[in-house]
Amino acid sequence: MKIIVGVKRVLDYNVKARVKADKSGIELANVKMSMNPFDEIAVEEALRIKEAGNADEVIAVSIGPVQSQETIRTALAMGADRGILIETNELLEPLAIAKLLKHLVDREQPGLVLLGKQAIDDDANQTGQMLSALSGMSQATFASRVEFDGDQLKVTREVDSGLESIKVTMPAIITTDLRLNEPRYAKLPNIMKAKKKPLEIIPVADTGVDVSSGLSVVEVNEPPRRAAGIIVKNVAELVDKLRNEAKVI
Amino acid sequence: MSTLILVEHEDGNIRPATLSVVTAAAAIGQEIHLLVAGSGAEEVAAKAAAIAGVGKVLLAKHDAYAHELAENLSALVVRHADGYSHILFAATAAGKNVMPRVAALLDVSGISDIIEVRGEDTFVRPIYAGNALATVRSSDPVKVISVRSTAFDAAAEEGGTASVEAVDAAEISDKVSFVGQELSQSDRPELTSASIVVSGGRGMQNGENFSMLDDIAGKLNAAVGASRAAVDAGFVPNEYQVGQTGKVVAPDLYLAVGISGAIQHLAGMKDSKVIVAINKDEEAPIFQVADYGLVADLFDALPELSAALDS
Repeated sequence: MKIIVGVKRVLDYNVKARVKADKSGIELANVKMSMNPFDEIAVEEALRIKEAGNADEVIAVSIGPVQSQETIRTALAMGADRGILIETNELLEPLAIAKLLKHLVDREQPGLVLLGKQAIDDDANQTGQMLSALSGMSQATFASRVEFDGDQLKVTREVDSGLESIKVTMPAIITTDLRLNEPRYAKLPNIMKAKKKPLEIIPVADTGVDVSSGLSVVEVNEPPRRAAGIIVKNVAELVDKLRNEAKVI
Repeated sequence: MSTLILVEHEDGNIRPATLSVVTAAAAIGQEIHLLVAGSGAEEVAAKAAAIAGVGKVLLAKHDAYAHELAENLSALVVRHADGYSHILFAATAAGKNVMPRVAALLDVSGISDIIEVRGEDTFVRPIYAGNALATVRSSDPVKVISVRSTAFDAAAEEGGTASVEAVDAAEISDKVSFVGQELSQSDRPELTSASIVVSGGRGMQNGENFSMLDDIAGKLNAAVGASRAAVDAGFVPNEYQVGQTGKVVAPDLYLAVGISGAIQHLAGMKDSKVIVAINKDEEAPIFQVADYGLVADLFDALPELSAALDS
């Protein structure tokens, strides 16, 4: 069985996003970029499934600019077997990403697709669900535990009121939540080896997939800032302020 | 044209998040229809019909709708999508699970987690953990949207006189089945709709110490939340998590105890009306968003606070 795992290149989670002066988006020049943290969890889970003998090959896929090769190399250094980059300089909506992933699903016929539940740049939380709807593969989002049971998977999901478990028939799409695992760090020898692993680059135009979008960004603004607060001396002053100034208790 | 909303409900009650979606739909300005799916759900449909501003309620009954499985709910919404220019969901775990499927099946972009309606095709949504707000415009024939409930007031639960119309169930998937759930039992208000939230972070040191927050929450009729660090460390279950990838809250008062204030946490609470931070590290970033900061050891401050609330 093959596993496809999606890896997105995003602004590093420790870097504060700054809005461009012309309000067209976020400043991404000369800032640290990394693999989307939820995708690291997806890569780790794919590797664990392979190491447990439930998969033969892990394919790391990214859709983005030429620099996304670095993100794929990171996944290869963690242990993925080969990479595919669908190259585009456009910022694509989740629907287009899902259609491009379906193009690869049709070609590779994976038993499992593992994706982060959301990317920390656009915070959309859509791609896995869309890919499931388009491909007919089963859907298990926000996974905190994945167990194999024949041709089925039991997936424990993080929901608003606690945990829920569902059974899905494979092939399936799983989107990862934070508690699924702790991703490994790539070791130096593996980083060297990753440079020799195959990485196929497909220009987006060669896929024949329609990536047009009905959604456009009018402008991007900074959120309103909170007025500066005060430091209180002790608990008594805090309670007094909350009762008599803020009037919230 | 009109707007269709998928109703979320449990134990015969409509979830508060759905009431906020009705308010967002009212801002779009068209007739509002609610879709209720359930194994019985007549009681829920009657409550839906009473919500102020609702024009019609569609009720689809099937035993499979007892659980919110995305395949089944998305097929149902798409089956009844004709004639609607807008289809809205709450940006809850359940809504997020279904909304993108509906968008993909209708071949339109999904619009996640809107916080403002600027017009019938223009919406504002946070990106980058709320460090930026994107204004987006959709030219799609139908706008498929999830709504951040804390950004819209709840619609009144009474005053409406909509009719309830039974509609067909849609195809039920044989590839997915519900196994079970572990839900937390609590007498406290629900985290995302509570007017006061008391949250703990890594500084709480262990799960037992959260009883100090429970004590204060009890005196304030507050919900208890947590930072990702506290959840990852196993102090409290996942449903406590407030932040970019957990729950978003905007109560009248948010009390952050032993929370440093990573941007991912701030994303989930910085729209609270009043923020209080208690932390022994005066350099903690949480103080930059706090209206009232107290630099103190929480193990001294919490017992004092508990006593002060009694007086």
